[in-house]
Parts: sequence; structure tokens; C-alpha cells
Amino acid sequence: MSVLVFVEPEDELSLQALALARTLGEVRAVSIEGAYAPAAWAQALVEAATDAEAIVAAGSDRGNELLAHVAARLDQPFAANVTAVAGDTVTRIRWGGSLIEEARLHGSPRILTVAPHTQPAAEPVAVQQLSLAADADTTVRVLETVAESSGGVSLRDAKVVVSGGRGVGSSEAFAIIEELAGLLGAAVGCSRVVTSAGWRPHTDQVGQTGTKISADLYVACGISGATQHIAGAKGAKKILAINSDPEAPIFSTADYAVVGDLHEIVPAISAELRRVRS
Amino acid sequence: MRVLVCVKRVPITGGKMVLTADEQALETRHLGFTISPHEECGVEEAVRLVEANGGETVVLTLGPAEAEEQLRDCMAIGADRGILLRTDGGDWDAQSTAAAIVDAIRGEEPFDLILFGNESADTGNYQVGIRVAHALGLPVVNGLKKIELQGDQVRCERDAGGTRDVYVVPTPAVLSVLEGLNLPRYPSVPGRLRAKSKPLAVVELARPEQKLEKLRLVVPPGQGKQAEILGEGAAAAPKVVELMQQLGVA
Repeated sequence: MSVLVFVEPEDELSLQALALARTLGEVRAVSIEGAYAPAAWAQALVEAATDAEAIVAAGSDRGNELLAHVAARLDQPFAANVTAVAGDTVTRIRWGGSLIEEARLHGSPRILTVAPHTQPAAEPVAVQQLSLAADADTTVRVLETVAESSGGVSLRDAKVVVSGGRGVGSSEAFAIIEELAGLLGAAVGCSRVVTSAGWRPHTDQVGQTGTKISADLYVACGISGATQHIAGAKGAKKILAINSDPEAPIFSTADYAVVGDLHEIVPAISAELRRVRS
Repeated sequence: MRVLVCVKRVPITGGKMVLTADEQALETRHLGFTISPHEECGVEEAVRLVEANGGETVVLTLGPAEAEEQLRDCMAIGADRGILLRTDGGDWDAQSTAAAIVDAIRGEEPFDLILFGNESADTGNYQVGIRVAHALGLPVVNGLKKIELQGDQVRCERDAGGTRDVYVVPTPAVLSVLEGLNLPRYPSVPGRLRAKSKPLAVVELARPEQKLEKLRLVVPPGQGKQAEILGEGAAAAPKVVELMQQLGVA
């Protein structure tokens, strides 16, 4: 099978997509330079894919968007965030990875993106640059890039994230979460309940519709462990949960647990950190 | 201005995924329902745009008869009327969903903006809005965290991992939005009462052949492990710090 793979430069997820594409057949990797213009880029991919039996990209923001455009142009089905392919059957993630779907993909070419962090990265290959057609529609294109107003340690890249949920109780009570995060050089996170209540900005939200973290340690304080939250937290290598309810679902996802009132436990951890450091 | 928002009824899943015996759906007998989080922000944005500029907000869903509940919720926070594309409740793939939405939109006066959530919470197909835009010949911008109307154009900001990409496109346009675009309001009691009498159009649909055909659902392994208990209360602090040192983070 001939497989057209869209890759982005120096992108780990593209290399993971390449790894799955290789299991399907002969790979031709392509990329596009210049200001991002999804509809025009998709047109270039479609024009390059005349002989392709499959079109593959990473399950990233751009990969999912571009292949949706490609599928719309070709009027073919598109399976997003696939983890495995066997014949015409794909395995893909639903609910941000909390559920798996097996589905039959009836289209030709097969259009699919590869779910992040479900494949080992392939070695980089030679990449062909595609150019946009002279008549390409660039109505929708990135005109400029502006800074996002946020301070502190980035949630996405932080080594440690200290996070609070409903159990924290109020915006003010996040002071103890911030104190512990400060001592650890950690980012502050929170659950969806917290952002919906307006206690913290959405940029702090860990979850399926917030940020997906990849920390070495995630400290979840007063968070029950809804699947929406776990979808964002499970990229952490280790999870420590602090919760007063010993039956909380978070304890069946976490590696370590402390049962009790976070308002006593979190300051005690901060105090202990200060003690061992002095 | 006229704004259409498309939403999807999804269960509130709580802490655990449980499937029906036939592995075709989540067991929802004990679950409540809502709309996808991104769409909550889409509805809020539509209502704010119409509050500021005048006009009409229409909310549309494709789903079972029970999805009227979600349309009424959207009307309770300010949408003016609803369109229910009623199905028997089974999954529709993105292609057939988009086609049905396009048919419904073609039967309406033109909209200035058509809003979608970037992806639904449940199936996460990332494509219905894009397919609808293609069929209608409209520009489409995805993943939006900010929308600003500027005359007959709309300025959009999209998350780009620490920075924001800026797009300016002419209306009418299709926009798909992300949670964080705004902080959705809670419905008021008078809002809920008003919602009961707002117009709702119902169109019955039969499901076409599915080109992305669900075979079965599987709960991934790892659900239901047991955490190692380090202790109870503040007395656990030394053990926590010891763990942090072992992990090399303290």
C-alpha cells in the first residue's frame, strides 16, 4: 500500500505517525512550508495523494484539522486518533483516551490520524516539500502570532504539577496549592469544576478539554478523578492523590495516596519540605 | 446578526467508564447528560454576540428525542430557538452528521456565524464543522480561544502551544471553539422558565449507511488499579517528601 504521510518539522508526534504509517506500507513523507493555511494545505495534500491508498498525519491540532479538510474535499470518512490498524478495521480513542472504539473504515483512500503517544517514534525520513497551487484559497491563514498572557511555569512542560479540585473550596484557598508548587518549582493546575466556578483561569485546567500534562509527578489535591480530568492527567509518570474520601475514583488511577483533609496535609508537606532543606 | 450553534448531547461520565452488555454504548442508566464542554462556550459566545449586536441565536443538535433537554438548557442561557434533528439514538458518524446539519442549514435564512465545539467529548472526530463549511463553501477556523467581530470580518485567536495564532476571515464563517473562550453563565430560574416556551423545530431522520462504522467499544486496561497508601492526614507529610526525593523532584 502507498501511504502519504504529512509531517511537521522537528515534531515528535509526526514521527509517531510515521511509525504507524510504516506498518501499512510504502511511505512518502511530505511537508509544507510558509504561513499555515489549512484549506490550502489540504488542497496540496489532496493533489499529492492521487496514487495514495492511505493518508496519515499526527493526531495533533493541525494533523486532525488538515485531514478533516482532506476528507471533506474527497468526501471520504476520516478516523481521528487511531492507535492501530488491521485490514479495514481501526482502533481509535474516544473520550480523550478513556474509552477505545473499534470501527470499520470504509473509505478509499484510508484517511486517519495517529493518537499521540501510542506509538514509538520512527527514525526521521527524507521529506518532500509540497508547494501550494497558484489558485489555492488562503482566505483562512495565520496572519500573525501573538504572545499568550500567562505567567509562571508552563503546565504542559512542567516536571511537577500541583493541582487542586473542588475540595480546595475557594479561590483564596489555592494559596496552599501555590505555596507547595512554589517550593517544588511546579506549575499550578486545577480541575474543570474549579475553572467553571471561576476560582482559576482556564489556562490552569488539566483535563480532556484543558491541558494534557506530561509531568514526572502530578499531585492531585481534592480532585475526585472524573474521566474528563484523568484524560489530561494520565500523561504524568506518577500521580499522588490527596483526598478526604477513601472511595474517590482518583485512588484507582493514582500511584500513591494520602487520605485526609488537604487543608492540613498540603501545608504539612510544604513545612516538611522546608524542614528537610534547612 | 444570526448565529447558529451546533451541540451534542453526551453523558456526564463521572469516575468510571461502564459499557452496556453488547459493548455498543456507555451504560448511561445512572448518568446525567450535558453538552460537550467546548460547545458550552460556543453557546455562551453566540448569546453574547447577539446580546451585543442584536439578532438571533439558534441552537441545533442531532440526537435522540431526549436531546431536547440539552436544547432547552441552551435556550435557558439565552438561545432564541432550537432545531432537533431527531434520530433513534444510535451513533451517527461525522460524515452523515455533517450532511444532516448542512440540509438543515440550507432550509434556514443564512447565518453570519456557525459555531461548533472543536471536537465532541465522546467520539472526538474533529471534523463535523469542517465538513459543514466545505459543503456550504464557507471559511472555517478551528480551535479558537478568542472571537472578535470586526464589521463583516471576524478576528480569531487560536492556541499554538504558548502563543496565539491570529486569523481574520470574512463572515459568514464557520468557527470551532475551545473551552476557555469564555466562562459560561449558569441558567437562571426565569431563563429556565422562558426556555420552556421557546420555539423548537423537530425533523425526523433515518440513519444512512455509516462509512466509519462502530464495531464495538472497549474500556482500556488500567482502570481500577489501587494506589499505594502513604498515610493519613498531616502525619503522612514526611513520607510524601521522601517520595518526592526518590522521584528526584524535591
